[in-house]
Order: sequence, then structure tokens, then C-alpha cells
Amino acid sequence: MALRFAPENVMAASNLLKMTSFPAAEKAPAVQTDDVCRYYPMGGGVIHAVNGISLTVESGEFVALLGQSGSGKSTLLNLLAGLDRPTSGSVLVQGRDLAKMSSEDLARYRRNDVGMVFQAFHLISSMTITENVELPLRFAEVDRTDRAQRVRDSLERVGLGHRLEHRPSELSGGEQQRVSLARALVNRPQLLLADEPTGNLDSRTGEDILNLIRELSLTLGMTVVMVTHERALAERFAQRLIFLGDGKLVSQEVVA
Amino acid sequence: MKGYDLFELAVRNLRQSKLRNGLTTVGISVGVASLVAMLSLGVGLQQLATRRLAGSGMFDTVFVTSKQDFRGFDHEDDQKTEHPEKAPVLDQPARDQMTHLRYVTEVEPEVRVMGEIVYGGQTHFGFVTGLPMSARENEAFDNLQGKFFSGPAADEVILMEEFAKELSPQDPKQLIGQEVTLRYGERQALPADTGGRPQLSGAQNGDSNSADDFGFSVVRKTQALKVIGIIQEEPYGGMRTVSRGRIFLPVDLTEKLNMAQFTDMRSSLRGGGGKTYMTLTVRVKDPGKVSEVQDAINKMGFRTFSVLDATKSLRRFFTVLDLFLGIFGSLALAVATLAIINTLVMAVLERRREIGVMKAIGASDGDVKRLFFAEAGAMGFFGGVLGILLGLAMGKAINVGTSIYLHRHQLPSEAVWILPPWLIGAAIVFSIVVSLLAGLYPASRAARLDPVQTLKYE
Repeated sequence: MALRFAPENVMAASNLLKMTSFPAAEKAPAVQTDDVCRYYPMGGGVIHAVNGISLTVESGEFVALLGQSGSGKSTLLNLLAGLDRPTSGSVLVQGRDLAKMSSEDLARYRRNDVGMVFQAFHLISSMTITENVELPLRFAEVDRTDRAQRVRDSLERVGLGHRLEHRPSELSGGEQQRVSLARALVNRPQLLLADEPTGNLDSRTGEDILNLIRELSLTLGMTVVMVTHERALAERFAQRLIFLGDGKLVSQEVVA
Repeated sequence: MKGYDLFELAVRNLRQSKLRNGLTTVGISVGVASLVAMLSLGVGLQQLATRRLAGSGMFDTVFVTSKQDFRGFDHEDDQKTEHPEKAPVLDQPARDQMTHLRYVTEVEPEVRVMGEIVYGGQTHFGFVTGLPMSARENEAFDNLQGKFFSGPAADEVILMEEFAKELSPQDPKQLIGQEVTLRYGERQALPADTGGRPQLSGAQNGDSNSADDFGFSVVRKTQALKVIGIIQEEPYGGMRTVSRGRIFLPVDLTEKLNMAQFTDMRSSLRGGGGKTYMTLTVRVKDPGKVSEVQDAINKMGFRTFSVLDATKSLRRFFTVLDLFLGIFGSLALAVATLAIINTLVMAVLERRREIGVMKAIGASDGDVKRLFFAEAGAMGFFGGVLGILLGLAMGKAINVGTSIYLHRHQLPSEAVWILPPWLIGAAIVFSIVVSLLAGLYPASRAARLDPVQTLKYE
């Protein structure tokens, strides 16, 4: 069963969630956006991809962003990932305003605090899966001696400890998404952002991946924000559903 | 990102497009090879010219005389000296002082005396010249028949070919190894009981010698010498001596024999018993240092002379030649630079998504820029190394070709192409720097890519 909130009472809903819902509710919010906007100039006009969204995600929470194509969910996810900057408003992650960070600080944030999983997996095809998973550790300047173990641990956690030297093209879609997940987790981030992680997978494999994400979230105490358009899956795995439409927050539902 | 990670990723990326990157690297290597070949040719030609000049023995030599002597030959020089009569004389302490000057390798007196060689019952007149051991490097000895002096005071003689023909018209070469007798005049001090003053002349004229009179005896002496070599040209092109030498002895032997010279007349006028020299020839390590040595000797109060202007002009000529050779050599490298830019721009276009992924998982703009720089630098390094090897092969071919050409014209072969060790390092560094400069635009273009856009790009 889901609790439904009217769009005009989003902040109130958020406060209620803080009071009632989650084990980590006492901590500072993992993510907080305040009237965040992202506009793009296009063909003489302006696209309001994200238009004044304010929301709060608590630490350890699993949230799903839902909406139709063009509703602004991926743009919002990119803002949370520090890949894009808001036109106005603020994006606070663990108390730090991403809008005010330098590009170098944003890169450091992406490296150390956030992991990303994409619909298209975005693995580098010329690298083995070990090399793919090792890449964030190279950017984070982790010592070579520590790397091998961390990569193996990460791949074992997603059940691919036996495919270390394979290339992405030798793996199934589900396995590739697991590699992508292992890469996102290897730097032990506090926040996992998943952009349509099941979009390229059959329903059974998609369920497996989401099971894995939920399990990791619980085990590692990680906050998860997932973009999806599959409501049924979202209801099964997320603790809260956030609906977007035309760049605005339409409604939220807490999954019972 | 750490240096070794950067290098590893760069090499890995280069290996992804082996053909394209390989061809670009070969392009760089051709550029480097052409630059190396041209500059090495310049270096080789310069060394050849310097060697020839040094071989003539004129350009690395300073001739030193006392300002007391030879006055009136150069008015300008005379005017510079306020009290020439008080100028220092060229004696042994002055010679020793010059020997210890920086860049000086040898200080020898100029010895030329009249002498006779007695061989086969005949006497043959000729000028005797003392030669230092360093004269072995003189080009006159390039075609030496026999060998050079075994030591600086050896009882050995080298003859001019024309003089040897006078001694043995049928077969001058058979003289080598033969013993001849040198007849010469030895300078002898007067007996001690005369107080170094002559006794005879004044008495005959009814005039007594004053305390100022001074003299020495010249006594005919002989010395057995072994002929060890025959040369066709006079060493130093005959420039050092006013008379053409035909009989050459080690200079220390001439000093040991105390041969009386023309210039002894001057020392008898000066009086005193100490040995003085009319002219000392100072050999300098490098023709480029002649001016420095000349200045140092001038400061000691002596008059100096050197053929310096010719080397200055030569250096200017080779600087210009090197510049032009460098410019021509760099043209190929300039073309290779365009190839690097093209290759890297293509790589940026092809790897847009990969760059986006790298940024999404934590690469900074600087990391991406450095990665492309590293790729450009690696191509520059490998191109540089390959270019040196290619340049070496080209240089060998130039030297072999030149040798064959010279051989056909009955000339001794010469290395006209010389690759100095500094050029190896400089060419590789230059290749890397040029490649990095070529990588500037593609690298900054890659760093500027918007990850959101590139991740949409499929």
C-alpha cells in the first residue's frame, strides 16, 4: 500500500517521512534539493527540464523517480550526480551544495561519494571487466596494491568473481549491469544513482539486478536514487516513489 | 591520477588503434630522422672543417714574442707599449707560466737552424726544424711514410721527400731505418775564466773589451740520427718558419743539443747568461679558446699573434648553416605535428562516450586532458626513438656514399655525418615537446566535453 501526497504539500510530506519512516531518519538528509531548476536553451526557446523541484532523501533510503519521457527525472539524476549544474536553486548532498563546487571538487565528489549505474551499462568495451571496475580506483589514486583486492571484492559481491578477465562483449546484459554496479560500488560511495538500470534487461534479469541493489543498499547502508518508468518494479523495491511531470514534482508515495 | 596509471592508460589507448597511431608515430619518426640527419650533417661538416683547420696547426696556435724584440714591424702595437725596453723576456719561467694557463696543451720554442746531413760520404745542406710530439696530429703526417718520433728527445729524424730524394735519388724510401749524421753548430758558453767575455777580437784591434761585452762560441758538432720517416708536405704549411725546413728533429732533442740559432744574436745583444726564446708557439686545446689564451698571455706582457679571424668567420658560417639545416629538417616534423593533431582529434571524436563515462566515474577535466597529453607524449617519445634509429641509418648511408665518392676521386674517406650524443637526447625531448604542443588542442577539446551530452551519444 502507498501513502499519497498532493503536489502542493511536498515539503510537508517530506517532513512527515522524516518523522515516521526510515531507520536512518535521525541522520542529516543524504540528498536535499531546494527549488532546483535546470533550463536549456533550444532553438530560440528555453526547455524547463527541471523546474523548481524540492525534495529530501534520507540517508539509507531507496527512492524511485518515476515519470514519462521528458519529465526531467534523468536531468534531476544528473544534477544529483554532479554531472550537470542547476540553473538556479541548490542541490545538497550530505550537506554540501553541489551548485557551488568547482569542477575539480565535483569530479572528486563523483569519485568518492557517488556511484552511477546506467541503462546502457557504459562499460568500456576494450577493457576487461577487471579493468573497467579498476578505473574509478585509478582516478581516486588508490594504491596499486589495494586495488586488486578491492576489484575482486566488488565483483564477487555482484556474483562475477569468476569472470575477472572477460570483456563486456562476452557477458550477458544482466552480467554487464552487474559489472556496472561493481564499478559504481568499488569506491564505497554513500549514494548510488541508477538511471533506468533495468531498461535494457528482460524482466527477470531486471528483478535480479534490483534485488541486488536493494540487498547492497541494506548491507552497506547506502542511499539509492533510481530513475525508472516501471512502476511495478519500483513499488516492489523502493521505499518511496517520487513522480515527476514536466520538470516538476507531481507527487510522492511511501511504499508500505 | 598517478603517473604510471596515466602512462599505462595512454599506451593501452594507443594500442587500440594500432594502425592509425602506428602510422602517426612513423610520421613523427620521419620528421625526427630528417631533423637529426640534417643537424648531424651540419655537425659533421663543422667538425670536418675544424679538424682540417686544427690539422693545419695554425688555428689552435698562439705565437708569442717579447715586446723587447721585433719592434718597428707593427707601429700600432709598438705604440700600445709604453716602455718596451722594460717588457718581460721570453725565458724559462715565462714559458712555464704559459704551460700552466687554462686550455694550453703545449708551449714549445720555435727552432730553426742550418745544418748538414752527411750520408754516403756526401753532405747535404738543409734547414733543421724542431717539432713537438703534437705535430703528429698535423695533416702533413697523414701521408707519413715510416713512423713518427718515438719520443720527444729521440735521436731520430724525419726528412722531406724532396730532401730524401737528394740523399738517395734512386729509392728515397730505403733511407728509412738508415743512420745519417747531422752536422750543426752548437752554442757554447765562453770559458769560465774569461768571465763570459770574449778575449780575442779586442786585442787584435788594439782595443780592450769592456765589462759590457758579452758573447758565446759556435762550435761545429755532429750527431748520429736514425731516419724514421719521410713526409711530402711541410708541417704547418711552412707558416711557422721563414725558411723551408727539410730536416725535422724532435724539439727537445734540438734543445738538448743546444743548437745555435739565428736568433741567438739577439740574446747576445741582451747579454746575461740565462736562456731566452725569440718565439714560443703555444698550442691551445680548442681553436675556440685561442682568444682567451691570447688575452691571458697579453696580460703577462708579451706580444701575441694568432689566425683567429678565420675561425670566427667559420663559426658564423656554420651557425647559419646549422640554422638552415635545422629549418629544413623541421619541415617534416611540422607535417608530422599535423598528423598528431588529426589522430588525436579523431580519437576524441571516437571516444566521446568513453570520455563521458570516465568523467561520470570520477575523472576530472584535468585527468582527461593529461590522458590525451600522455598519449601525444608517448607517440612523441616512440616517434623520437624510432626517428633516431632511422636518422642513424640515413647518416650511415650518407657516410658510406661520401666515402665511395671520395674513394673514386682518390681522396681519403671522411665522416661528414656525425651524430653527437647530445643530439640523441635533444631530438627525443624535442619530439616529445612538439607532440605535446600538437596535443594541446585535442586534449583541451576532450577535457571540455560535457559528460551529459556524451553519455547520450551512442
